[in-house]
Amino acid sequence: MTQLVLFNVFNGLIIGAFYALMALGLSLILNLSGVINFAHGGFLAMGGYLAYSLIPYVGFWGALLVSPILVAFIGIVIERVLIRRLYGRDPLYSLLLTFGLAFMIEDGTRFIWGAQSLPYQIPSWLSQPLSYQYFFLTGYRVFMVLLVTAAVGGLFLILNYTRLGIRIRAGTLDLETVGVLGVNVRVLRNLNFGLGIYLAGLAGVLASGMLGLQPNLGDNLIMPSFIAIIVGGLGSLPGTLVGGILIGVVSGVTTVFLPSASEAVMYVMMAAVLIVRPRGLFGEEGRF
Amino acid sequence: MPKFDKRAGDILVWALLLSAPFWLPTVGSYVELGTRVVIYALAAMALNFLLGYTGVLSFGHAAYFGLGAYGTALTMKYVYPSTPVGMLAGIVLGTVAAALIGPMIARLRGVYFAMCTIAFGQVFYFIAFQWFSLTGGDDGVSAWHRAPLDFGFATLDILNNNKAFYYFVVAIFALCAAAMAFLLRSPFGRTLLAIRENERRARFLGIPVDWHIWMSWVVSCFFVSVAGTLFALMNDFVDPRALRWDQSGNFVIMAVLGGMRSFWGPLIGSAIFLVLQDYISSETENWMSFIGLFFVLVVLFFPRGVLGIIRRKAAS
Repeated sequence: MTQLVLFNVFNGLIIGAFYALMALGLSLILNLSGVINFAHGGFLAMGGYLAYSLIPYVGFWGALLVSPILVAFIGIVIERVLIRRLYGRDPLYSLLLTFGLAFMIEDGTRFIWGAQSLPYQIPSWLSQPLSYQYFFLTGYRVFMVLLVTAAVGGLFLILNYTRLGIRIRAGTLDLETVGVLGVNVRVLRNLNFGLGIYLAGLAGVLASGMLGLQPNLGDNLIMPSFIAIIVGGLGSLPGTLVGGILIGVVSGVTTVFLPSASEAVMYVMMAAVLIVRPRGLFGEEGRF
Repeated sequence: MPKFDKRAGDILVWALLLSAPFWLPTVGSYVELGTRVVIYALAAMALNFLLGYTGVLSFGHAAYFGLGAYGTALTMKYVYPSTPVGMLAGIVLGTVAAALIGPMIARLRGVYFAMCTIAFGQVFYFIAFQWFSLTGGDDGVSAWHRAPLDFGFATLDILNNNKAFYYFVVAIFALCAAAMAFLLRSPFGRTLLAIRENERRARFLGIPVDWHIWMSWVVSCFFVSVAGTLFALMNDFVDPRALRWDQSGNFVIMAVLGGMRSFWGPLIGSAIFLVLQDYISSETENWMSFIGLFFVLVVLFFPRGVLGIIRRKAAS
């Protein structure tokens, strides 16, 4: 029993790290630009599919490196052409626009790569179980946790120690002042969008190694990321990280006792947070 | 706009709606499309009660639409095969769910409100999808059908006569539209407008803002669940797609496309959207891309909607 719980806690950690990776990207864009990027799931799927097509040419590691960057580049172009026009307007419009983008990306991937699910090749030494003795755990899952940890660590290093990151954090607090101080706010928002989409692309490559590829890959992952942001608190990146891991672990543990409630328990947590502390665990008072 | 114009607009809308079954076939369309337009128009108008008149952005209305539909379908299949009873059950289910969720989100504003309505909306999608023994999961609730209406002295065969069903839907639509217009003209509706225009000032005047937003949310979800019951009756079937997030997006785009600040805007939006969808999905398999592109184009070029543009032209 303990073993089963432990296994599910670890599994929940992996899934949670994953939700966090996606939610961090969403949160970055939401905090600086006030845009809920509904197409985030689409960018995630795009990352997976691009990596799938790149593997024959550059191999697994090359695809892992190149695909998220390509997706981020596409994101930057889309921000520049479409989303930029909607800053400062009612959030309704950016939400509708990203909604439409989500449709287009999902249908586009189905058009290019087909509707049936595709297998995603990972190196054989990674797909081997590490140990049969305690519980079933493939090397890929451990690798995922390590990579997500590295990515999140890298993100916080960027945000705390580079000029771009410090400007992003400052812009989250008071964009107008940052603009007055001579920072090009348009470029800042553009790069920030690219950074968020990069995280989505990376999550996509990792997810396809675990779940295989489907055009609606991102659909199932976007709702938990929303919940992660709400539970963690809007406006707080550490909050989003904690929120993602928390809902992953809680839903993992619930799987042991009541498998059919593993989805529902996330929403129960969200409801509890909204009743007790509407701003979320780490959210600032009065931000939204 | 002068008052005369408004009266003329109302008369034009009703004349078109009441005569639709007679002219729809002559323009190459069919009665069922008209029925669908009216049902979606009711849903979009209900959403607009919240979006356009209270100024609160909900992206989760499909949930209450779907609950209305599921309530009707399940009641008519398992409990009692009567159309009014099924409708009542659906409306109660949708409204009660909305009333319970309301207090949790009525304190939130803007993007945060939108996000929480999306997330709460998905709860019911998962329930409908996973509770296989009751809802049939992905396959939906089938093997039931709407029952003819029995008034005691006469029966209206809404099952086999598609024109009769159309007029039944229009009658319900008229009742709901009248109720919404009445509410918007009442002190309650005026208070909602005040909250939309300046929430802080409304609060200073002593208006319980959160309570009003909760009320407006419940009223809006009540009408959207009425639309949901009609949707289930129209299809004699309901599946989880009725309450998925893309359905919520459809309602919002209809309201925006027609004009959020106009009473009849969502009706026009619904007509344009559904005719277009009907046409595109018969022409190409990739209709989703075109609908997505349509969303993008509306946001970029018609953010005020059809009626908003007309009104602006009339004013200048």
